[in-house]
Amino acid sequence: MINTIVQGLLLGGYYALIAAGLSFMFSVMRIINLAHGSLAVLAAYLLLVLAQNYHLSPFVGLIIVLPLMAVIGFLLQRFILDRAMQAGQLVPILATFGLAIVIDNVLFELFGANTRSLSNFIGSLSYDSIALPGDIYVGELAVGTFVLAIVVLGGLQLFLSFTRYGRAIRATAEDPDTAGLVGINPRMATAVASAIALFTVGLAGAALGMRGTFDAYAGASQLLFAFEAAVIGGAGSVWGTLIGGIVLALAQTFGAKVSPLGFLLAGHGVFLVVLFVRVWLAGGVRAFLRRPA
Amino acid sequence: MSLLAVKSLNLHHGLLHAVRDLSLDVSEGEIVALVGANGAGKTTLLRAIAGAHRPSSGSISFGGVDITRLPAHRRVNMGIALVPEGRRLFTQMTVEENLLLGRMSGRTGNWTVDKVLETFPNLAARRSARAGTLSGGEQQATAIGRALMSNPSLLLLDELSLGLSPIAVDRLYESLRTLMQSGTTIVLVEQDLGRAMQVATRIVCMLEGRVVLEAPAANLAREQVTEAYFGLAPHRVPA
Repeated sequence: MINTIVQGLLLGGYYALIAAGLSFMFSVMRIINLAHGSLAVLAAYLLLVLAQNYHLSPFVGLIIVLPLMAVIGFLLQRFILDRAMQAGQLVPILATFGLAIVIDNVLFELFGANTRSLSNFIGSLSYDSIALPGDIYVGELAVGTFVLAIVVLGGLQLFLSFTRYGRAIRATAEDPDTAGLVGINPRMATAVASAIALFTVGLAGAALGMRGTFDAYAGASQLLFAFEAAVIGGAGSVWGTLIGGIVLALAQTFGAKVSPLGFLLAGHGVFLVVLFVRVWLAGGVRAFLRRPA
Repeated sequence: MSLLAVKSLNLHHGLLHAVRDLSLDVSEGEIVALVGANGAGKTTLLRAIAGAHRPSSGSISFGGVDITRLPAHRRVNMGIALVPEGRRLFTQMTVEENLLLGRMSGRTGNWTVDKVLETFPNLAARRSARAGTLSGGEQQATAIGRALMSNPSLLLLDELSLGLSPIAVDRLYESLRTLMQSGTTIVLVEQDLGRAMQVATRIVCMLEGRVVLEAPAANLAREQVTEAYFGLAPHRVPA
């Protein structure tokens, strides 16, 4: 029982890490980035190439991949999302959906259908574990991922609250026109926010590749878990994202105890219940039932 | 040379021709009051000067530099600050954060958060309050403070008194008096004609997007302005 909770908590840290960038982008730019999962998989493949061809440990590879992801984020905002946002709320979502398809298929072209992993390149870290009292063993990598999630989410929170650029990004999120009138370049602020979001996606991709396997089409399921964690936690709130990831993961690990199929079912079930309750509390359901036929 | 030079400016809101072929010069140290009925184009003109509204034709230059095509944030860098109609504060952020945002342009000068709080003493206690929870007068003071934090050489004030109690308006203008006497160049839109004539060095009366009367405040009688205001006697009084 306690073991299930501990393992669920740690898995929750991973979900929070992949959800961090999604939730950050949603809260400051009002964009749901459907290419989020695919971009994480892209980062994992980049680390794989560096490890295979240049014998760089994935941890060293991050020094190259993280800035690269940030640049991709900057350009993505500047050349795609910025324009798409001017055409209404739906267009950026469609644009990221299209981008996800492009990324998935380019990765498939380049790397084929084989399942890959970064775990071969990180020595024994992929299976090393720490013994806790009560005969519970936790993976070092899982603990590391959990700590990283807290550092990333806490870092984002501190950045937004206490730095000049954090304030500029929040101001732009609230009212881009007025942000311009106080001397902020709104296009620059959103592009920087997008670069930061993709920086965290790079970290999520590394965690994905190290803890298990991925293939060219793995992005969709990563996006789904990230999305569910973000919604359960209340999209846009930093610590809510951590709670959301943990709730999702606990539901999954308990579900898996009940039945092998329970892992995904319980996770989706909790997501749907939370979503329904949120909509109900916001009055959406009653408004829907009361609407004239 | 004038600090601000607007030449043959035309502004549209969709099909509405809001400002028609308007020219206006403002010299350093002047306080110009734009008066006119609702829909005369005053707010649109201020927004165009600040860079929030793109002109259909004409030009705006500031300190001798053509700024017609510059985005708003670049104009703040050059020293133009607008206090927009309806305050437009960042309501989720605190008073202090709103003020600090005014410093994003990186213009140096002597305005600091503490100096703003000194100028508007009613804000001091609300320093950490969210801007959305402030009273109208406090919000307006914060909006002015935010503009001052960019150390502007031209301050544009749009309808300071809108939605405020007469006492709050008095207090606001009282706080602004030192600023106005210190030689800061100001263009303000004010519905209260008496107030406008009292604080401004020059009155510009607009009607349906055109300037119908322009004269030093001291040379004008209230009746002349009201006639121009309602379009009864469109004429220019020589300066």
